[in-house]
Amino acid sequence: MTGAWNLVRLILRRDRILLPIWVLLLGALPGTYATSFFELLPDDAARATFAATTASNPSVEAMLGPIYGSSIGAFTAQRVGFLYAIVGLVNLLTVIRHTRTEEDAGRRELVAATAISRHAPLTAVLAVTFAANLLLGLIAAAGLSKTGLPSSGSLLIGLTLAGTGWVFAAIGALVAQLTEGAGAARGLGIAVLGAAFLVKAAGDGAASSVSWASPLAWGQHSRPYEGDQWWVAALFVIVAAVIAVPAYRMAASRDVGAGMVPARLGPAEAAPRLSTPLALAWRLHRGLLAGWTAGFALAGLLFGGAAKAASDVLSSNKEMADLLAKLSGGSSVTDLYLAEIMGVSAIVAAAYGIQAALRMRAEETGLRMEPVLATSVGRIKWAAAHLVFAVLGPAVALAATGLASGLTYGLAVHDLSGQLPRVLGAAVVQLPAVLVLTGITVALFGLAPKLTSAAWGALAVCLFLGQLGALLQLSQGALDISPFTHVPKLPGGTVTATPLITLTAVAAAFLVVGLYAFRRRDVTTG
Amino acid sequence: MYVRNMENAITVSGLHKSFGRTHALNGLDLQVAVGEVHGFLGPNGAGKSTTIRVLLGLLKADSGTATLLGGDPWKDATTLHRRLAYVPGDVTLWPGLSGGEVIDLLGRLRGGLDPQRRKDLLERFDLDPRKKGRTYSKGNRQKVALVAALASDVELLILDEPTSGLDPLMEGVFRECIEDEKRRGRTVLLSSHILAEVEALCDRVSIIRNGQTVESGTLEQLRHLTRTSIVAELATPIGTIPGVHNLAIDGAKVRFEVDTEKIDDALKHLSHAGVRSLVSHPPTIEELFMRHYQAEPDQTGAER
Ligand SMILES: Nc1ncnc2c1ncn2[C@@H]1O[C@H](COP(=O)(O)OP(=O)(O)OP(=O)(O)O)[C@@H](O)[C@H]1O
Ligand SMILES: [Mg+2]
Repeated sequence: MTGAWNLVRLILRRDRILLPIWVLLLGALPGTYATSFFELLPDDAARATFAATTASNPSVEAMLGPIYGSSIGAFTAQRVGFLYAIVGLVNLLTVIRHTRTEEDAGRRELVAATAISRHAPLTAVLAVTFAANLLLGLIAAAGLSKTGLPSSGSLLIGLTLAGTGWVFAAIGALVAQLTEGAGAARGLGIAVLGAAFLVKAAGDGAASSVSWASPLAWGQHSRPYEGDQWWVAALFVIVAAVIAVPAYRMAASRDVGAGMVPARLGPAEAAPRLSTPLALAWRLHRGLLAGWTAGFALAGLLFGGAAKAASDVLSSNKEMADLLAKLSGGSSVTDLYLAEIMGVSAIVAAAYGIQAALRMRAEETGLRMEPVLATSVGRIKWAAAHLVFAVLGPAVALAATGLASGLTYGLAVHDLSGQLPRVLGAAVVQLPAVLVLTGITVALFGLAPKLTSAAWGALAVCLFLGQLGALLQLSQGALDISPFTHVPKLPGGTVTATPLITLTAVAAAFLVVGLYAFRRRDVTTG
Repeated sequence: MYVRNMENAITVSGLHKSFGRTHALNGLDLQVAVGEVHGFLGPNGAGKSTTIRVLLGLLKADSGTATLLGGDPWKDATTLHRRLAYVPGDVTLWPGLSGGEVIDLLGRLRGGLDPQRRKDLLERFDLDPRKKGRTYSKGNRQKVALVAALASDVELLILDEPTSGLDPLMEGVFRECIEDEKRRGRTVLLSSHILAEVEALCDRVSIIRNGQTVESGTLEQLRHLTRTSIVAELATPIGTIPGVHNLAIDGAKVRFEVDTEKIDDALKHLSHAGVRSLVSHPPTIEELFMRHYQAEPDQTGAER
């Protein structure tokens, strides 16, 4: 492993800001959940009610995870559910960033030419993520036991968070070897993560053991504080190792810069259609569009089917169904569940919108925008071609999830003609809020191109407000920052035009400002 | 065949452009006449690519004026770009598009390309257009951009180090192609670090350093501005020779450099002492450029 240590230092130096942020932030969150539960639910009666109602609501179980008891520990373990996915994502991106992105930029060759072993780059990044996840887990365990929770359950949560990180670091290493290029590696990795999330959500929402197929579910299935199953921690280590082995094999046997899947030859001449910026944008975006649309449709099928199962679970518990109906102002439980699903779909669709809009910046820094702008294509025309996909892409994806879930739910309750339009409407009504995020990305691209990827930060704020805002008892003013707060809760709720018009206007304003600034600024490559 | 007129294809004067604290262009001047191949030279970081980006409307100059084919490169960008083709120094292609697709796409976006010339160029550059962008080597990526530019029917070619990465054989092909373009009456702005290429192709050159033009003219004129080195053996030792540079006297042997216009005076002085042997080296193009490239802060500072 000659040279791995030097590469470790290089990674630590390059990530000296990012790495501590995610380790500390994600490590600190579980403790804050426990603290707020202790405040919110001071006595056993309140805890019992919470366990029987909110915590065991199938839509909550689908989004967060199963509930195994009525202790603060059990609630905290459920709330941590979302963090597993985030830890997975961060690890995936970190490993790809230090393997495939390096290779694409040609920096790997620079390193490979010095005296290091073929395995060193992969070893270095896996060593760094291994240690970072362990640290994150220990911080989480320490924070949890400080609130007064049992220390063994706290340690188990910490270890399963770390273990989830290890498994997705290994998945990152594998996809980085399989594909040609960092973009493709990230796409495949995120698709795997998304699939794992869906399987967990569908399984946990319907209380089925299907969710064992998803590494994201294992942490909670180890039942922290409610009969700690320590063997699950070992499962993470074994699976991470099993995934890392082929990644190592491939890293040693393939050429620098190539993937395991060889590229085929293309046409010698362009098809007549390939003669406009829009046609070029279609070539650059079609894979993304197809992937997201398929993912959204699949998710819709699963969730639509699970909605029926969720309502079956609830109808056996009359007391709770009544309570929920009262809480929600008359909406049915399945409507609540579907509305929750659509809310999450909207966040994910916004991620797609941001990703598609960020293609513009990638084209610019990748020096592929310059040759096009040096032809008679104007800047607005160039940007508009990409924006067609950043705006219509999320719309298509939302429509796909609405149609698919409307279909499976409608069939399950034998009311296809009644439910399909309702569910489709619930999906499509999210679009204005989604487009606000696309708009923010474009505005950044025009006004502060070097900070374009800060759009992910805006999405993270929305996600934070949506998932935790109510729990942390933030003020309505703070919650209102997120465009998703203003979307009518459909199906079941009432639609008013004003928030939708306002959101659309805000999105349009961001777009116009961004395009105007882009037309007037320098092309920057750094 | 384009009609030659006396107008300049490119006129730049007093161009300033800074990036934060870096002053990339410091009052740069450049004139490129219609129908000429103009060499654009200067050390790394001198501001060549920056000038070209301003001319393409990709960067907005801080001050100064630039005229390209009679228009404003910033305001009239899209209409002007129909009449020019650009080859960047760093060519990156779309990973999923084949070379042939890129050539056709860029040509069509510019307003069309000549299929016959496209075919010829692919043959001459020995380029396989079916490969995907990510699988081309550096030199082959460069060839894709060159074919796309040369196959287009345009008046002006703007080439930023177009031969970086090409092997010597392909560099030869490139020179032939530029000779052809010249015969067709096209104007070429050629930024390059390969002096033999500049010597072979360029009618006139401009040398820039630190964002300023330090010299501009034909190679003959530039040669005239540099020094000839002379080594002579004399019958009788001499003390000094007025008006020469780097004089070294070693007994009867002298060596020095002299400005072209003062050769005559120096030789007269030598002949008084009786010349036994004399070797003179006219400046090579390398020496010519070295002199301009090397930082001489006192010179530029004193001249102002
Ligand atoms: N986008 C930018 N941001 C900051 N500085 C820049 C930018 N573009 C160029 N520069 C700086 O401007 C100066 C001129 O750069 P330029 O690329 O024009 O040089 P060049 O003459 O083309 O050099 P080379 O021969 O290496 O290609 C350099 O100091 C460079 O670092
Ligand atoms: Mg340059």
